[in-house]
Parts: sequence; C-alpha cells; structure tokens
Amino acid sequence: MKYSPLIGLEVHVELNTKSKMFCGCPSDHFGKAPNTQTCPVCLGLPGALPVPNKKAIQSCIKIGLALNCTINHLSKFDRKQYSYPDLPKGYQISQYDQPFCSDGFVLLESGKRIGIERVHQEEDTGKLQHTILDGKKVTLVDYNRSGVPLVEIVSRPDMESSVEAKEYLKKIHELIRAIGVSSADMEKGEMRLEPTINVKIEDERGVFYTPLVEVKNINSFNFASQAIDYEIKRQIEEFEKTGIEKSATNKTTRGYDSVKKITFLQRTKEEAKDYRYFPEPDIPPFVLDDDYIETIRQELPFLPDQIIATLVSEGVEPKYAKVLYANEKALIAFNRNKNEEGIDKAKLSSLIANKKIDIDKDIPSQYQKLNQVGITDISILASIVEEIIAANPGLVADYKKGKTTVLGFFVGQAMKATGGKADPRTLNILIVDRLKEAK
Amino acid sequence: MKPLHSLTIKEVHEGYKNGDFTCTDLVKHFLKRIEKYNPQLNIYLSLNPKALEQAGAIDREIKEKGIDRPLLGIPFAIKDNFLTLGIETTAGSNILKGYQPQYESSVTRKLLDAGAIFLGKTNMDSFAHGSSTETSDFGPTLNPWNPEHLPGGSSGGSAAAIAAELATAALGSETAGSVRQPAAWCGVTGFKPTYGRAGRYGCIAMASSTDSPGPLAKNIADAALITKVISGQDPFDATTSSLPVDDYPQFLDKQDLKGIKIALVKEYLLPQMRPDVKDLILNAVSKLKELGATVEEISLLDPKYSIGVYTVIQRSEVSSNLSRFDGIRFGHDRDLFCQESKRRIMLGTYTLSAGYYDAYYKKALAVRTKIVDEFSKVFENYDAIVGAVSPGPAQKVGATKDQPMFGEMEDVLLEASSIAGLASAGVPCGFVDNLPIGLQITCAQFNEKKAFEIADCYQRNTSHQVFPNLDETL
Amino acid sequence: MHKAQNITADDVRKIAKLANLKVSPDEVDKFAGQFSQTVEVVNELNEIDTAGIPETYQVTNLVNITRDDVVDHSRILSQESALSQAKKTHTSFFVVSRVIDSTDEI
Repeated sequence: MKYSPLIGLEVHVELNTKSKMFCGCPSDHFGKAPNTQTCPVCLGLPGALPVPNKKAIQSCIKIGLALNCTINHLSKFDRKQYSYPDLPKGYQISQYDQPFCSDGFVLLESGKRIGIERVHQEEDTGKLQHTILDGKKVTLVDYNRSGVPLVEIVSRPDMESSVEAKEYLKKIHELIRAIGVSSADMEKGEMRLEPTINVKIEDERGVFYTPLVEVKNINSFNFASQAIDYEIKRQIEEFEKTGIEKSATNKTTRGYDSVKKITFLQRTKEEAKDYRYFPEPDIPPFVLDDDYIETIRQELPFLPDQIIATLVSEGVEPKYAKVLYANEKALIAFNRNKNEEGIDKAKLSSLIANKKIDIDKDIPSQYQKLNQVGITDISILASIVEEIIAANPGLVADYKKGKTTVLGFFVGQAMKATGGKADPRTLNILIVDRLKEAK
Repeated sequence: MKPLHSLTIKEVHEGYKNGDFTCTDLVKHFLKRIEKYNPQLNIYLSLNPKALEQAGAIDREIKEKGIDRPLLGIPFAIKDNFLTLGIETTAGSNILKGYQPQYESSVTRKLLDAGAIFLGKTNMDSFAHGSSTETSDFGPTLNPWNPEHLPGGSSGGSAAAIAAELATAALGSETAGSVRQPAAWCGVTGFKPTYGRAGRYGCIAMASSTDSPGPLAKNIADAALITKVISGQDPFDATTSSLPVDDYPQFLDKQDLKGIKIALVKEYLLPQMRPDVKDLILNAVSKLKELGATVEEISLLDPKYSIGVYTVIQRSEVSSNLSRFDGIRFGHDRDLFCQESKRRIMLGTYTLSAGYYDAYYKKALAVRTKIVDEFSKVFENYDAIVGAVSPGPAQKVGATKDQPMFGEMEDVLLEASSIAGLASAGVPCGFVDNLPIGLQITCAQFNEKKAFEIADCYQRNTSHQVFPNLDETL
Repeated sequence: MHKAQNITADDVRKIAKLANLKVSPDEVDKFAGQFSQTVEVVNELNEIDTAGIPETYQVTNLVNITRDDVVDHSRILSQESALSQAKKTHTSFFVVSRVIDSTDEI
C-alpha cells in the first residue's frame, strides 16, 4: 500500500490599496461601523458600474512576478455568477480564462518546486453575521468589505505533506509582505487559505484517487497543517471502507473545527456549481506589453530569496544569511561594514548573527578585538620594524629626503612579516618613530 | 404665437429672453396638460415634486444671468430607468415600486448641470424588456396618434411625451431599437448615439454591451443639442470614449446633401413589409437624392440573423444584470418580475450555462464580429445607411400578449446597428393608416455629426415632423 | 453545430433555480414551450459559418481603462442612505432570513 497525498492550496490576499477594486470607497474596512463605507457600485445598486483600480492590478502583477509567473499580454475580467446575500450584484467580478498571471512556482528549502497555476484579481464579498431576531433565525449583512481588492493565488496540487504545505504558506506570506502589497494579517482575514486534498492510493489492485475535498474556514498555518493531516487520514480510512474514487462531480467542501481538530462535511450551496462565467461587458480588456510589465518589475523590492542568495554569494553561510535577512538592522549593519579594511564577510556575518557584536556600537573596532589572534606585544613589533628598516637603507634615505610615501611600503612589509596579525596603525607609529631616529 | 407646449428648445429660450413667459409659466402649463391627458395616455409614472420650486430658481437665474446654460429652463420627461435623486424610479417594474434613488445618473446629472428641469419619469417596458411599453407593470402607454395603439418601446413614455407635447424634450435609452422605434411609432425625432458616447452610470442596465442613452425630441436641432450635452467620457463608466464630443449643432442647416453617399440595404426592405410602408421609405430615398445625395442599393447580412445574435447577447446580459434585484438592499421580492422579464432572465441563464455557452453565447459573439466588420466595410464607401425603422406602423394594444419574442422581432431592422454600437437618427417620413412611419439614418461609430447633418437636411425639406391634436385623436 | 433543442419542464426548473426565480407549475409548462420557440430562432445562427472568426465582446475597442487608487468621498453613501431603501434592517445592518452558511454542519 502506498499513499501519496496530493495537496493544493488556494490563498486569497486582501490588498492594502487605499480604495476598493471597482470604486472609490475606502478599502480599509477592519473595525469600521457597518455599512458606512459603501457606494452605489459596491452596494450593487441599480445602474452602478465598475471601474478597475490601477494600483490593485499592479499589485496583482507584482505578486505574479514574485511568484515567477508569466504575466499575460491579454487579460480581462469575467463575471462569476451565483446568489448569496454577501454578493450584492449576484455575481463577483473575477477572472476566468485570461487571468493577469499564470504558470509560476515557489521553491521550497528542499529545492522542490511547487507550481503556481494562476494569480488573478477579484473583489471581496460583504460580511455575514448570524443571529436571532424576534425569535427568528436571521443573517445580518455588512457591505463595508464588499468590493475590497483580492488577489487569488492558486497552486498546483504539488504538495505532498502538511509540512510542505506549511512551508509553502510561510513563503507566500513572507513574499506578500516583502513586496508590500498587503500586511497579510491572518487574524484580520487579510490572508485566507483553502487547501484541497486528495490521496493517491496504490495497492495490488491498482492505482486509485480519493475524491477531492476542499477545506474552508482555516485561519492559521498550524490549523491548515492539522486539517491536512486529519483529512489525509480520514480519506484513506473512507476509501478503505467505501472504495469511492474521485470523479468529476464528487468534490466536497468541509469545514475545520480547531477545537475538536477535525474536518466536517458542510452543506453545499448549490448542487452543481454552474457559475456561468462570461466576459465582464462593463470593463474593457487589458493589453499589457513587455515595457509596462518591466516597469512594474522594477518597482519590486529585492525579494527574500534574492537577498539571501546575494549574501551567500558573498561568502556568508546560508544559516547566517537567513538570520541577517530576518533582521533589517542587522542586515544594514552587515552591509555597511562588510567592505571595511581587514574585515572578512563570513566572519562578520557570523559575529553579527551570533550577537557577539553590538550593532549599535562601532563595528570595526569590535570586530578587530574579537578577531585578533594578533600580535600586540610592542617589543615584538619593534624588533620586526627594526629588521625591515635595517634591510632598506636606501628607502630610509629617500624618506629623509622627504619621500613620505615610503612609509606605506614599510608598513606593508611589517604587516607581511607579522602575517597580518598586527594593527597597522600601531606599526605605522613605530615605523615613523624609528625613521625619526634613523640617520 | 405657437402654444407653449409646441415650442422647440430654441423657441423656449427666445421666449425667456424676450420675457414672453417664464420657466414657471412653462412648467405650470405642462403640469396642467399632464393633468388633463396623462390619466388616459399613461405617459408619466411619477412627477417631480420639486418642479415648480426649481422653475422659480431658474427664473431667478435667467433674470440675473440670462440664458447662460445650454438647456436652462427646458422641461424634460425622463425615462424611468434613469436614477434621479428626489424622484421615484421604477424602471416600469413593481420590483422597484417606491424606490427612492440614492444617487443621480451621469446623464441626468449632465442635463441638470446644463439647466434642465425634470417634469417627471416616463413609462417604459418593465426593465426595458420590450418594444411596446406594454410589458410595464403600470399599464401600457397609449399612442397619442391613436389610443388603441401602442407607442412602441421601451422608451414609449418618453416618445409619447414628445408626441403629446407633454414636455419640450425627453430622455430615453436604446438597447436595440428602444429610442428609434418608439420615436417612429409616435412620429417624433429620436437619436441613438454611438455606444460609449454617453455614460451609462445610473441607467438601470439592460444589455451592458449595447445600452445607449439618447434623446427623444421635437426635431433634429433639439436632439443634436441634447446629445451634445449628455455625451463625453464618464469617469464612472469604463466603456465611455475619451474622443472629444463634436459640436453637433454646428453640423446642421446644410443647404443640401451634395457629395453624400448613402446606402440603401436591400434586405431591410423586408418581405413582410407592407407595400405602403415600403413606398414611404422609397419616397424618402427619392427625397435624399433630390437633395443631392447619391443613393445606392447594397446587400448586407440578412437582418433575421441579428435577431438571434441580439436575443442571445441581450438575454444573457439581462439575466446577469438583474441578479442584483434580490430584495435585500432595495426593491421587492424577485417574484414580482413580470412574465417577460422572467422569460428573458431564464433564457439568458440558459444560454450562459455550462454546456450551452459555446453553442449560444460564443456563437452569437462570433456572428456579431461579422456584423461589425460588414458595417465597417460599408462605411468605407458610404456616409450612411438608410432604411425603415419598423416593419410597420404602431401595433394595437394587446399585440404583445403571449408573444415570447415580440420585442426582438419588431426590432429586426435596428438590432444590427445596435449590436455594432453605431450612431443612428430616427425621423418621421410619412403616415400609413394615420399612424407615423419612421426612417433611420445610420452612420459609423462616432460619426453622429453626419447622421445629424443628413437627418436635419431631410427633416427641414419635408414636413413629416408633425404633432397630433390630442383633442381630435383621443 | 447545435441542433434544435426541446426545452423540457425539468430544464425550466433547473434554470429557474440557477436564476434564483420561483416559477409556478403552470409557468413551467408555458415557459418550456416559449423557450423552445426562442431557441429555434436562435438556432438559425448555425446557418452562418463562423469558423475562425473571433468573438466581439466589446464594440468600443477600448483597452486598459482604470482609475487611480484614491478615495472618492463624493460617492460614499451615508449609512442612513445605504440602508434607506431596504425592506428589513436592524440597527446598522441589512437583514435576510437565515442563509445556509458554509460554517453550518450537515
């Protein structure tokens, strides 16, 4: 019996633009009084029309670039249609067959590539709250969040364990924050995750795939990991009991209970989800040329992987490179001092990473002190200086005539003789003094 | 002097300037007329409660500044699918009965900024689903030429308002015929600007890819001025053009049509068209020749195919656009959709659904490409296409009952130009059975000025733009 | 090539559900007949060869229309205005009868 889990992840990111995706309402909705940030467009009033937010689109493309996607030259918005009270127009403006970005990847530590199917743009829905009014079960609706820009990142089902899934999520989270398009605060719902899981089972009878399960309502990486582990086990057990295989119509949705640490079957909103996608007639399509895409690429800050790679190429050990990357001040301190005379980059990085150096104080001197396996005994240095001066009477004469550049030669020679283990400034002083005395 | 209700925009402004009457006088005059004739004609669904107050303010402005805005003090009838602050807006449907708009539509905003005054909102086919005004939940509007007949639709109320002289000017909208057809059935002047010329923000959507706000008016001069005012890029409508708006009134009053090349589409002289209607169209063609234009017969894709294309595109978009009417934030329960609306929503849902999308929606859009390309080629060699607006005169009240495709069939001669988003004028060209017949003059996208030029010259050299004496016809 | 379809009552019921419309049993039969008529007219489009012809979704020829990322205070509705046309509200919320929610268990 061989079990190979197949895990895909759908991540929704709430962008940090000032205004909503298709209108000028403020997009910062967290904690605002209900229904105070709406307009005819995001409230879905009769006659209202969408106009796309330029910055939101740029943010979507930035995410795509950071995930090594192809930015499509032709793209458009489409209507995804279904009825639900949090969806005021009765359709969500999203992207169907021509998204802004497709075919990218994320590299895990192990070097394994997790494929990114697509990165596309869409709008968020309103918020529902269940309660009881006058003895009746009702749902309260707040549309402040309706129309907030979202980017959806869809991975290929390339992850094979909850560990890989968690690493993938962490990388995505880090990237989003590094690019600056969202603070991706999980607690505020700015990054939402939905794993889709099934298992490939190989035994003597053949190869089988369990039905796909999408798990919703997960709001932390740990919960995602737990839910995935639970689900894999559950699917294997279920298959052994029922033998039901994956088909085109038996994908189900389950919720995650973080207290009981289980997934549970949810009611499906519609039997067959026929979203009746068609191109959004109110928004003209997008034709993006290479020049435009390049200007967006230029706006990207250096991404985590790039920074770490650069440090490693300078001789910094990967583990220290990561530490430096994670602490902006430390990284700046490193970069400022790495080219100082006498400083070895690898050594410096390890000293900073291990906190042997106080980065708020002068670094070169701390480095020298710590790094000295040096000669400080003046008598030894003096005798070395004596030897060099005695060996070069001609240069002494030049120096006396006024050629002070000769000093550099003497210091260099002395440094050589000490194997680089002396303080050049000390040597300089000794040599000058000795030359004074010389005839 | 002409009666107040018969004055054109120019004549009203002259009257104001000369002190012959005030805006308050004019509004009061219309309100009285509306009180007399509206109960029978059912043109207005609601009146502007602040009309007299606003007229007073306009009179003060005229006194202080003169006529400093292009439509200052001009009383308008507004089709009830435009959201107007302070005036109930229903789109002719019980679903929106009592709806008080929470914002102003772009186009009515422009009219107000130009100084217009709204008398009220006019009746229309429910959600614009029709070409008769008979699908309105509030009863049909009757044709001022003959109350046993319909005014056409969906802007039937606005067209009838002009014919019955219950407003100086009117605003309508055309998805495929909804301005030109009621203009023809009511014997008034109508204009459908290029799709994307005037903004749709605040105009309750029917078919998003063809809806075009447009005027119903007493003549081309008025229509041209109104079109100029409502046109221009709209920051709230991503499908509007940034092309500068031509000064349409400047293109009127041409002596003749020398140098103008006109195409007469063979297929538009439908086999089912009455001979007397055909004659009127051919007379119009003769007139155009007389005025110096060259008219040649050409062949285009049989208009019957545009019925299929339009039906699919329109119903698909309608089914989606009406999803927001869920009764949660505004309006009443979806159960209140009239039969016609339900039919259209369901057919549109069907054509977009999995398994049928390619066969219907995609197919329709491919045929649309053919239609658009065909027109482009025609306009390389011709300035305009002319033809009848409607296969026949206004039909009788009750004609639409149990006709699942009444609207789309009636608009067979108008759908192609709407699907392609062209600019088109509709002007009266005669009568049959004492009912008006309309002529369409269609030009390339953004060539409104040519359509106005031709229609204006034709209109000034004929005398078909007349108005019924209501005391005789009703 | 799509042949003429006979729309059945079952089709009508499915479509009505997707369209979030209630149809009475009478209406179901009536609509089924009427749809078939409409579909016949639409099927005439099959007489036209569209092989290799791209679809026209938009006749404007516009591309890349966007707005700047600024807050537009002129269009924001007051809470009062936003709620003003709703049948059912409760303090600052819109109210609907309980919906089936994805967090509910079966």
